[in-house]
Amino acid sequence: MALVKYNNNSISAITTAGTLATGAMVLIKEQTASSSATISFVDGTSDVDLDATYPIYKFEFINLHPSHDNLDLQFNGSIDTGSNYNVTKTTTFFRAEHEEGDGSTELAYKTGRDLAQGTGFATLIGGPGNDNDQATSGYLYLFNPSSTTYVKHFLASLNTSTDDNKSRNSFVSGYFNTTSAIDAIQFKNASNDIDAGKIKLYGLKDS
Amino acid sequence: MALVKLNNRGVRSVSTFGSISSLGTYTFIKKLTASSSATLSFVDGSSDVVLDDTYKEYLFTFNNIHAATNDATFKFNGSSDTGSNYNVTKTTSYFDAFHIENDSQAAMGYRVAEDVAQGTGVATILRNLGDDNDQSASGYLHLFEPSSTTYTKHFIGGGSTYGSADENINNFMAGYFNTTSAVDAIQFSMSSGNIDAGDICLYGIN
Repeated sequence: MALVKYNNNSISAITTAGTLATGAMVLIKEQTASSSATISFVDGTSDVDLDATYPIYKFEFINLHPSHDNLDLQFNGSIDTGSNYNVTKTTTFFRAEHEEGDGSTELAYKTGRDLAQGTGFATLIGGPGNDNDQATSGYLYLFNPSSTTYVKHFLASLNTSTDDNKSRNSFVSGYFNTTSAIDAIQFKNASNDIDAGKIKLYGLKDS
Repeated sequence: MALVKLNNRGVRSVSTFGSISSLGTYTFIKKLTASSSATLSFVDGSSDVVLDDTYKEYLFTFNNIHAATNDATFKFNGSSDTGSNYNVTKTTSYFDAFHIENDSQAAMGYRVAEDVAQGTGVATILRNLGDDNDQSASGYLHLFEPSSTTYTKHFIGGGSTYGSADENINNFMAGYFNTTSAVDAIQFSMSSGNIDAGDICLYGIN
C-alpha cells in the first residue's frame, strides 16, 4: 500500500488534535460579560473545575468595561459552591498611577480598599472609566483552593484607564482565612454591571 | 468516500499545525514536596530537573510553604557548579505591603533588611511566615536565561504570606546573579528551622 504523506499545507485546516500533549497551563473556562451583574466560576458547574485538580488557578481579566464610571471591580469566594459569597479574608492593596496629562503620579497603600478579616467583596482595582475605549485588564492567582489545612492565598495585579484619565496599576494580595475549601469565585462591580469583557480561568498542572 | 486515517508515520514531516493554539507555553518539569526539609534543591541534570538552555525562562511556584519555626523567612540561592556550592553573588531589591488582621496597621514600603548588595548569602522571597497549623505562604520566582554566559541572570519573585504577626504580606523582590557563569541549580531554605511542608514546582516557559 502506498504511503500517503502529509505536509503543513495538506493539514492546514486542522484546528484540534486528539491526544497531543498540552502545556501545563490549561484553559478551563472563558466567560464573556454582557451587562452582567456578576460573573461566577462555580466548581462542577458549566465545565468549571475549581477543586484539587490543579494546585494553582489563574483568572485573566481582558478589557472589562464597566457600565458606569468609577465602579470598583471586586471579588469574593464561596465555601458552599456559590450559595454564599462571604468568606473571611485579610487583604493588602496598593497602587501606582499616572495621569495622562503628566500632571500627577502616585505610589501608595490604600487603606480604604483593603480588608481586615472582612467577609465582604475585596477590591481588585478602583476607579475604572466607562468611556467607550476604557477598560481594565489583569490577573488573579488563587493557590490551592481545595486545601482543608491552610488558608487560601491569592495575588492580583490589574491595570485600568480611570474615569479621570489615569493609568492605574493595582497590586492586591490576601488570603481566605478559612480551612474549608474554596469552591467558587464571583466577580462584580461595586454597583451596576460589568458591561463587557472576558474573564478566563486557567489551571496550572503540577505533574 | 473512504475515510483516510492519519498516523504518526504519515505526518512525521509535519512541523506546524494550521491554527492550534491550545498547547500552552508552560512545561511542567519537577515538583518537590517538603517534609521537614532543611533545603529543597533543583539541580540541572539530577532527578529529571532541567535548568539549562532548554528554556529561556523558568518559573518556580510555591504552594502552601509551611515553616517549622515561627517568624522564619523563605529564601533562595543559586549555584554555578551544579549544586556543590550555593553562593552566587547577587544584588536584590525587596519591598512589601502588609495588613494586620485586627486592622491596627497597614503600609507598603522598601525593607533594607531583606535585600542583598553583592552578597553571596541567601536572598529573601517571602518574609516572616507564621507557623500556626493554618498559616503558610504561596508565591513564585521567575528566573531568566540561567544558562547565559554573557549576561547576569535576572529573577523576579514574590507572593502572599500569612505572617507571624497575624498579617497578610504581599512580597515583591527582584535581582540578578552577578555572574557570567551559567546558574545550573537553585536551592530554597528557611532563615531558621526547616521547611515543614509545602510544594515547589518548576516549569519551563517557551
